[in-house]
Amino acid sequence: METKTISRRDFLKVSAMSGAVLSLGFYLPATGKAKVIKTVEAETFGVELNAWIHIDTAGKVTIFSHRAEMGQGVYQAIPQIIAEELEVNLDKVDIVFAQGDQKKYGNQVTGGSSTVRGSYKNLLKLSASAREMLMEAAAKKWGVDRSACYAENGHVFHRPTKKSFHYGELVVDASKLEPPKDVVLKKRTDYKLIGKPLHRQDTKLKTNGTATFGLDKEIPGMLYAVVERNPRLRGVVKSFDDTATRKIPGVKHVVKTRMGVFDTYREGVAVVADSIWAAMQGRKALNVEWDDTGFEHLDTDTIFRRQQEDLKTKEGLIFKKAGDPDSILRQASKKIDVMYETPYQQHACMEPLNCIAHWQGDKVEIWGPIQAPDWIQDYISKEMNLTRENVVVNMTFLGGGFGRKAFMDYPHEACVISKEIGSPVQVVWTREDDMTQGPYRPGITYRCEAVVNNGEIAAFKVKLAGQNTNHWRGGKKEDPNRSSSEGFLKPYFESIQNISIQDIPFETPIPPIWWRSVYASTNGFAYESFLDELAIEAKKDPLEFRRQYLKDERLHTQIQKIEDVSGWKTRRKNSGYGVAITECFNSTVGMVVKVSKGSDSKIKIDHVWAVMDCGWYVNPDTIKAQVEGSIVMALGAATMHQINFIDGMTVQKNFYNYAMPRINDIPPIDVFVMDNNADAGGVGEPGLPPFAPALTNAIYDLTGQRIRKLPFNMETVAK
Amino acid sequence: MAIISCKINNKEYKLDADPEMPLLWAIRDVAKLKGTKFGCGVAQCGACVVHLNGQAVRSCVTKVKRVEGQNLVTIEGLSENNSHPVQLAWQEIDVPQCGYCHSGQIMSAAVLLRENPSPTDEDIDIAMAGNICRCGTYPRIRKAIHMAAEMQRKSGKNGKKI
Repeated sequence: METKTISRRDFLKVSAMSGAVLSLGFYLPATGKAKVIKTVEAETFGVELNAWIHIDTAGKVTIFSHRAEMGQGVYQAIPQIIAEELEVNLDKVDIVFAQGDQKKYGNQVTGGSSTVRGSYKNLLKLSASAREMLMEAAAKKWGVDRSACYAENGHVFHRPTKKSFHYGELVVDASKLEPPKDVVLKKRTDYKLIGKPLHRQDTKLKTNGTATFGLDKEIPGMLYAVVERNPRLRGVVKSFDDTATRKIPGVKHVVKTRMGVFDTYREGVAVVADSIWAAMQGRKALNVEWDDTGFEHLDTDTIFRRQQEDLKTKEGLIFKKAGDPDSILRQASKKIDVMYETPYQQHACMEPLNCIAHWQGDKVEIWGPIQAPDWIQDYISKEMNLTRENVVVNMTFLGGGFGRKAFMDYPHEACVISKEIGSPVQVVWTREDDMTQGPYRPGITYRCEAVVNNGEIAAFKVKLAGQNTNHWRGGKKEDPNRSSSEGFLKPYFESIQNISIQDIPFETPIPPIWWRSVYASTNGFAYESFLDELAIEAKKDPLEFRRQYLKDERLHTQIQKIEDVSGWKTRRKNSGYGVAITECFNSTVGMVVKVSKGSDSKIKIDHVWAVMDCGWYVNPDTIKAQVEGSIVMALGAATMHQINFIDGMTVQKNFYNYAMPRINDIPPIDVFVMDNNADAGGVGEPGLPPFAPALTNAIYDLTGQRIRKLPFNMETVAK
Repeated sequence: MAIISCKINNKEYKLDADPEMPLLWAIRDVAKLKGTKFGCGVAQCGACVVHLNGQAVRSCVTKVKRVEGQNLVTIEGLSENNSHPVQLAWQEIDVPQCGYCHSGQIMSAAVLLRENPSPTDEDIDIAMAGNICRCGTYPRIRKAIHMAAEMQRKSGKNGKKI
């Protein structure tokens, strides 16, 4: 990550209703002009939303979160970082979600577990610079040496006299100063807030119903829309009959609508009413005929059969290659040649998709549970012919995201309907809409081949066949999936001499999308299960085998931790222990799962130990929570649910046939966080990929049965 | 349309709604109490749990006409100042992640603790299995319920009587 030099223009003195504010932000180089606040904007929040930190003359500190809070804890993490170097008490700052604005905040896409790792260095530097300027302003006011001053709890103190100013008394003077050229950041050992398991700032809002999620937001004059969309995910509206719909009390409009899905469009018929319930009733009475000719109506079985055929008969695009694994494989008297299969999955956020749009002629304002406000701003401005500035995107709390809410279809649909009917509207997706309408995590099949000689991997080849989300975003079809080995630890590429990773391009009409931990969520299962097979073929301890191939000091420290906390070394052979280690978004997570067979001969998970190495981190309790949650989500994806298609339509409709892990399914989980001086890695996603392979490796250890297809049924697997 | 009279959080309401409308939408869109959540609409996830005469019900499958003259409590009315033992334990352990399901989780847990001041892990499994949390906060929910039980026993209070 590049850190930016902070210049005068990053610190703005602006006049607002509440008085002068010291406002800090880092601007993209192309747009580095200081901006004068407009009164209209000032009225919205009392201050302009142009940066991370605002301090008004009363000393009130407001910290803006430029990223979405979907459970992963940025609402805590960003303030915890800023408050550390700014020297303010976290309890006394207000936290507000920033609007979508790439010019002000840079990338706001809350994905790839990128918030902390992508911005912490700049945030630390900005906060420290602001503190230094406030101290300098105080020293000048007192006419004392700055070195005799210190900052604490939103005040600058003069050490000898114990005089003090609160920050509000200093902001006007401070904002006239040049930012320091170089600012010394605190040592990690001096942190008062960072690295501590502080309580989340949003918890209290989430225990009494006051947190505002997208569906909770209302604006004056707002109507509600529920939309009938093609169950086959593609195609256009041929015709519709709304006679019965229009008789439902409360129904105001029935309009054809559309939304962009990557470079394609989907159509629907929106029923707009004065209540969600009336809109739902109106939709039930609607008759729509679809035209989806030209799109193949696939079954899941056909998809996976085709992937297997491709893997048997075709070579793929080379993603990585070293040595000559193919000739070793050809000549070997014994080789391992197996297929792994992972299903289509749906995000199933607890808050179904929804979005408010208020079309105002030359401007649209949007409110919703949104992971990528800047993408939406960009997309809507292009689609609807507006300037970026006239697409105002407001983030609410998100009731889950997992990648689904980093997509533009549902805000686009809301904008189209609002424009059509001429009033503000909230589009509400039902659970069934959410589950049946995609896009989905793509189902992938892997063919894994290897030769093991004298306890060593002589050749290693993995081919995958599955949909590439990049193809839907304009990516070149002749390029292999750039995530072909996501999840697989990089040092293997150095230690395995003859290795080949290939991608066989595979298409269906079903739009695919990122899902928590993206391709690592499926690759992890294939690669880490296959490595386990190779360890067994090599007659080596599975963890020792990995250590042998992962020649990296940091990884060895982590492996040692995994070994220690799980009691790996003292376990009895074939007593049901499995291990897996995967990398995802610059963090590595190792997991050991212990299983046993109950008296009913069902497999039961006794324990999960997880060791996260994410380098520099903000809040260890948030990390533990994220890893716990990732394990639960992975348990569901590995053993409980999948999306299937019959005749081009999604079979699963709701939680009754897309079963979720529940409290009685959850084993004891222990999470450990490594301490080191490495740069920050991701936290929200990396805990997911190692769980499924650690579980199936454990089941192999106990039963000798190798599971190569997800999901599998824990109740019947060992019978 | 009809006028349904009921008490929500100790306040009289006259809800002007289609009698067939699910209570969930009447609470959210007519009474404007947004803490109760829509998750599935078919009594599968528990995000919409409220107390009807002290019992946990799924408001998404309860018709609003059923609550005529009845007494409802939603998450907003569970306690004053966010201070029910379940809420306090949730805060102490930082249970929520996205938080969307937790109104329902807390309302279910509050009934459990009123009926059973010292629940075992198995009791918790039975009482809470109807509430889905996609973020996977279950280990913390379990821990928080034990903690809330402990708080409740120490304070001698037994939840909020309805």
